[in-house]
Amino acid sequence: MRVTVNGQSRELPEGTTVAAVVATVTEATTGVAVAINDEVVSRGSWAGTAVRDQDRVEVLTAVQGG
Amino acid sequence: MTTTDTTGMTGTTDAREHADPLVIAGREFGSRLIMGTGGAPSMRVLAEALAASGTELTTVAMRRVDPAARGSVLDVLRRLDIDVLPNTAGCFTAGEAVLTAKLAREALGTDWVKLEVIADEHTLLPDPIELVDAAEQLVDAGFTVLPYTNDDPVLARRLEQLGCAAVMPLGSPIGSGLGIRNPHNIELIVEQAQVPVILDAGLGTASDAALAMELGCDAVLLATAVTRAQSPAAMAAAMRHAVRAGRLARLAGRIPKRRHAQASSPWEGIGTS
Repeated sequence: MRVTVNGQSRELPEGTTVAAVVATVTEATTGVAVAINDEVVSRGSWAGTAVRDQDRVEVLTAVQGG
Repeated sequence: MTTTDTTGMTGTTDAREHADPLVIAGREFGSRLIMGTGGAPSMRVLAEALAASGTELTTVAMRRVDPAARGSVLDVLRRLDIDVLPNTAGCFTAGEAVLTAKLAREALGTDWVKLEVIADEHTLLPDPIELVDAAEQLVDAGFTVLPYTNDDPVLARRLEQLGCAAVMPLGSPIGSGLGIRNPHNIELIVEQAQVPVILDAGLGTASDAALAMELGCDAVLLATAVTRAQSPAAMAAAMRHAVRAGRLARLAGRIPKRRHAQASSPWEGIGTS
């Protein structure tokens, strides 16, 4: 299935969890938040939530700003 | 007994300042200088500037994770024991800002947000329509909302009425260093506000920060004036002192301005007459 992660299209196996997607972009598990199709997925749900075909996954963290 | 610290200020003065905390939504801060972290050339320079500023609350932005990034601004803030205030910089619509605030709450464990909804990249001025919409949604969702707003007393009043914890009018456009372009409007906002007024954006140097406090603002939020100064740590120290000086001057009550001179030495007893 095709999933967009932080703007980049990726081929991922069916059943890939949000936790697995996060692990591909960062080792950090704190200070990071995930949205799928503009809805926040809370950290406690990452391991139990599978991404689906055509999902847009955003993995954000805090950077210098403001 | 009073003691003199390296700033030349006495212990008595410090004690008075400690009895004069900034209170936002029930949370107390000893420093009335809120810093931003944008624009610093390195994490080391940023850390030195933040330490020199004495700030206790500092903004960060939310962005896509960069796998190549080294060092985190969060590590710097944790090491310096500074509270984090996420912003919604870069958002053009209420929807974007609300989602960014929710992601920040999830990532950082705070429901405080510096709400920023800009109209265009050229001016970076707040879009008042989207700003009010986003503020309303976030207040309803339980956030402590600190909106970056225009220097418009009516808009500031609307934001306060819908439950914002502070109002943060700009002095001039973000990063411009133009100072406070409409001090009259800032005074009007201060006079009517029942929540803290935080002068946010446009300050260039220490006298701008002092003026904000003299006008009655409760705090100052700045980044570029420090992070892009030739010596960020030195400018941070200057801002720290300017905010303190301006606050003390505000509390002291300045003399009215006069058109003509008023002698401070007595006229009586001049020996040459």
